[in-house]
Amino acid sequence: MSIETIERSAVISGAGQSDVGRRLFRDPLELTLDACLAAITDAGLTTADIDGIATYPGPMTQPAGFSGAGLVDVQDALRLELGWYTGGIELPGQLGSVIDACLAVAARLATHVLCFRSVYEGSAQGSKGRKAVMPGGGGGGGFRASGFMEWTLPFAAPSAANWIALMAQRHFHEFGTTREQLGQIALNARANAALNPKAIYTDPMTLDDYLAARLVSTPLGLYDCDVPCDGGTALIVSHVDTTPDLRRPPIRVEAVGTAIRGRPSWDQFDDLTTMACRDAAAQMWERTDLTPADVDLAELYDGFSFITMAWLEAMGFCGRGESGPFVEGGRRIARDGELPLNTHGGQLSAGRLHGYGFLHEACVQLWGEAGARQVEGNPEVGVAAAGGGPLAGSLLLTRTR
Amino acid sequence: MSDELPFRILPELTDRNRHFWTGGEHGELRFLQCDDCAYLIHPPVPICPRCHSKAQHAEVVSGRATLHTYTVNHQPWMPGPELPYVVAIVEIPEQAGLRLTTNIVNCPIAEIEIGMGMQVTFEHHDDVWIPLFEPERS
Repeated sequence: MSIETIERSAVISGAGQSDVGRRLFRDPLELTLDACLAAITDAGLTTADIDGIATYPGPMTQPAGFSGAGLVDVQDALRLELGWYTGGIELPGQLGSVIDACLAVAARLATHVLCFRSVYEGSAQGSKGRKAVMPGGGGGGGFRASGFMEWTLPFAAPSAANWIALMAQRHFHEFGTTREQLGQIALNARANAALNPKAIYTDPMTLDDYLAARLVSTPLGLYDCDVPCDGGTALIVSHVDTTPDLRRPPIRVEAVGTAIRGRPSWDQFDDLTTMACRDAAAQMWERTDLTPADVDLAELYDGFSFITMAWLEAMGFCGRGESGPFVEGGRRIARDGELPLNTHGGQLSAGRLHGYGFLHEACVQLWGEAGARQVEGNPEVGVAAAGGGPLAGSLLLTRTR
Repeated sequence: MSDELPFRILPELTDRNRHFWTGGEHGELRFLQCDDCAYLIHPPVPICPRCHSKAQHAEVVSGRATLHTYTVNHQPWMPGPELPYVVAIVEIPEQAGLRLTTNIVNCPIAEIEIGMGMQVTFEHHDDVWIPLFEPERS
């Protein structure tokens, strides 16, 4: 390895999650705080030990339910005294906030950083469905599009489902990828969700069920799209020097990836079939002596099934364009396969906890605390990645031996 | 094109983007172009991303494009074109990698093929002319 990477000064010392449900109709700040306190306790710490916060995306009122709490809401509710904090949306994906926390502890601006992400999109959409979260309230009222949506909304393409579908279709065209292959991401998620007590959808699903589901935006059908939910997830990032103070051996941060080397755009990015995952993952591997062959489990973002395919290729688990054959039949990515993938059920079946769910699951698995869905063989190396389109961030994690 | 226009969310017009959204009044697809290095700047920004010149003008391009990718949208997100409708990304021949998200119109879905030649057609709403694409007439 050519560089001494400072993220190795960081460890993940605790993980916590609130109740998770399709529609809980609970105060989203309560869910957020439940997750935060669970993570702090899990690390063997108290609120007095927490001196940093990192969160994504910060306080937002639109789209409804997208942000369960802002940084200062949590800071004040827990009366935290901080040496460092950050919250925002212009980051290398949702996990960019956790990566920032790693850098902050390495820089000794903070020692124990509370990282959180919470959503209440399920309740916010309520009986009004998707229209409740559409820009401008779903049309009418003279609402006009601006910002990056200026270039998609006038064409009735308001959803990331459309934008990712365009990428998937290009991948199908260039590499011969099929819906039957793409469907393995959804089937695998559903099979794993059956063993996750917090998962939203746990009924068995067959390839026929998948193919028969209504189309959303070709080649994506209903089961290629994640499920909005309510819930909060929190992780504690600590300085490695605090290891003796922690409840149990922490998870080491071996390397992180944050790069984007194309235009930050859903349609102008140079290669729509790779997206920014390509750059983040490549950078992550440049920062470690480990290789894709060392990875025991992969938790790769599946806001839409195709994004997981892009991450599989970006991570080098298969060659570029080869994710279709790689997942074909589903054996390889099964929980007892050669690369257990999205072992909690992903966002497709466990709920759209928006990026943090993947990191939470990677840590729980590396700690050997995943219960009925625990990957066998004492996994030592895991990867967690989040983001799609122009958003991408990843972490390579190892169990402390 | 049908006389009955679908509901569309229109763009907020500004001094920076007006050339693009109103070119259709004259049947013109326009992009901002750098006076100094001829780079086409899209989405519009006040400097040239390639040479940083601030000298720029609205340039009329051919209106032709190649279909880069597409999706058939079946989901009723909000009022809009009749379902299913086709969302596409086209690449314009004047500059490699310069793309537009758009809709394909006047083309049966079964005849759509990535790589096919397209040409612009405009749908007029209020003070905006939305550039849509149809198969290129030979």
